[in-house]
Amino acid sequence: MSSDTGVETHVGARHRATGRRMSTGRAGDKIFVSAARGSGILVLVIMAAIAIFLIWKAVPALQRNEASFLTAEEWDPNALPPRFGIAQLAFGTVISSLLALVIATPVAIGIALFTCFYAPRRLSAPLSYVVDLLAAVPSIVYGLWGLLLLSRHMEGVSSFLNTALGWIPLFGGDSPGRNSIFTAAVVLAIMILPIISSISREVFVQVPRANVEAALAIGATRWETIRLAVLPYGRSGMIGASMLGLGRAMGETIAVAMVLTFVPGINIHILEDGGSTFAANIAKSFGEASVTGRGALIASGLVLFVITLLVNMAARAVVARRKEFV
Amino acid sequence: MTSLSTSKQPAASGRGSLGSVSLGRKVKDRTVQGLVYLAFLLALVPLVSVLWTVLKNGLGRFDATFFQFSMNGVAGKDAGGGAYHAIVGTLEQVAISTVIAVPIAVLTAVYLVEYGAGGRLARVISFFVDVMTGIPSIVAGLFVLALWLLALQFSFSGFAGALALTILMIPTVVRATEEMLKLVPNDLREASYALGVPRWRTICFVVLPTALPGILTGVMLAVARVMGETAPLLLTIFVTKAINTNPFAGPQASLPTFIWDQAADPNQNSIDRAWAGALVLILIIMLLNLAARLVARRFKPAGR
Repeated sequence: MSSDTGVETHVGARHRATGRRMSTGRAGDKIFVSAARGSGILVLVIMAAIAIFLIWKAVPALQRNEASFLTAEEWDPNALPPRFGIAQLAFGTVISSLLALVIATPVAIGIALFTCFYAPRRLSAPLSYVVDLLAAVPSIVYGLWGLLLLSRHMEGVSSFLNTALGWIPLFGGDSPGRNSIFTAAVVLAIMILPIISSISREVFVQVPRANVEAALAIGATRWETIRLAVLPYGRSGMIGASMLGLGRAMGETIAVAMVLTFVPGINIHILEDGGSTFAANIAKSFGEASVTGRGALIASGLVLFVITLLVNMAARAVVARRKEFV
Repeated sequence: MTSLSTSKQPAASGRGSLGSVSLGRKVKDRTVQGLVYLAFLLALVPLVSVLWTVLKNGLGRFDATFFQFSMNGVAGKDAGGGAYHAIVGTLEQVAISTVIAVPIAVLTAVYLVEYGAGGRLARVISFFVDVMTGIPSIVAGLFVLALWLLALQFSFSGFAGALALTILMIPTVVRATEEMLKLVPNDLREASYALGVPRWRTICFVVLPTALPGILTGVMLAVARVMGETAPLLLTIFVTKAINTNPFAGPQASLPTFIWDQAADPNQNSIDRAWAGALVLILIIMLLNLAARLVARRFKPAGR
């Protein structure tokens, strides 16, 4: 969907040129304008309300917290006194979504290149629709699939990585398992593939013909054309696309919550069972949360909200900057 | 779309002449081609695997009982039981959120394209619609929890879930509608103005009907998207195993939370129910997607 790039066409200029005022002064016009503007403002109000209410409901729990919210690893908001911190959640969220990004980005860009430049032109649209189908599968189904099917196959992959790359601390540890952060990252990677590839595809389609033809004219092969004309033009678009994917991976809840087995404490060995993320923790602990527990979950949700907001804003800015580069 | 297929011809025909490509470059070109094909095939593996597993495991309980009974009084290890309560809940919640979200979203898009274009307010709104697209669904759930359930003291209900889904639906529909409104040729607007038709009637009776198929497609895709959302519902509708047809009072079930609930139980019978639930969910979503594509293809907007 082209809406994901945030590319605006220049309708503004068109309307200014006609110099039309918003309303002709007629009652119907006035009402309609206010309804339209009101809806737009409502969107802003909702965004503001999300921030305000999350802060409002998080503060009491934070005040009762006996541990450091930012650095503590334990999550016992229901205990007396409540002790909770986001260190483990932040670690799990960042490492799983970064890993997902590392796995997904090359594949997604490959897919975008395939549908744009390699697939027969008539098949290009249906094939990209097939990839977009990946986005239509709901996350709960990915979770079910990840839990009951993929995790079984991941056991072998994990122990292979453990023996081959065990000297890297990340892949170290004694007991590679199936419900690890690594498995969660693979599920996340599958889930963010379509968004990265569809935005990259849109950027590739917009590569100026002249650039491509210039590359072809000096005798470049297909790969050289892509390297000379397509990739430089699409660089910021690809970076923005993968950052949007990162934001999505960080906020993904159910699939991660189903795949991961909760084990308290930060574990640098991502092949071992355990780990948790902001979103997965909220989904898992909400059922038995007390009043303070809910406040604590809202506080952790607030952190997630801020992080994804920053990532998304940065991504939009990067994608938008492409317009200046020709 | 740019086609690079022409690049093959000099390589093939001009062997030994001016256009010849050295072996190293050719190998590199072929390697990349292989990798790109591989990337595409790699993406097909999870898609086929997910669809196949859901179909294979879901058909086991895809029977009449599943659509006629709830889980009331059925323990995890028992056979039987169904998702009637969940299907009813999902349909009601999604319907309510559609009814709330679509007018707001369409009016916002009208403002962005027809009225505010280029203005500062429109730019700010447009930016925040983009930002809203990226809100994690669980945060939408937490917001409704904080506002509706904790601050306003309402209890868990299907309506609370619908509110959370609304937040997720608005930005998608705004973007889709915006794209469609931009495709409506300006001539139509000007022709209407020339006849002395007020602006709001022009928008309501000329612009929106022209863009309607596209908007419908966008709405259907948005509905398909929120239908699979689990996380916000977990926090807002809570869990119940009984049928509750009233979305405004008492906990309600939904298909995604039904799957979540059943999958958490290690008994094979409930796992089977989870798969069947996933199959129903995927079928509904795929049908909506298909219908959206058909609508989009059938009525292409004029003047494209």
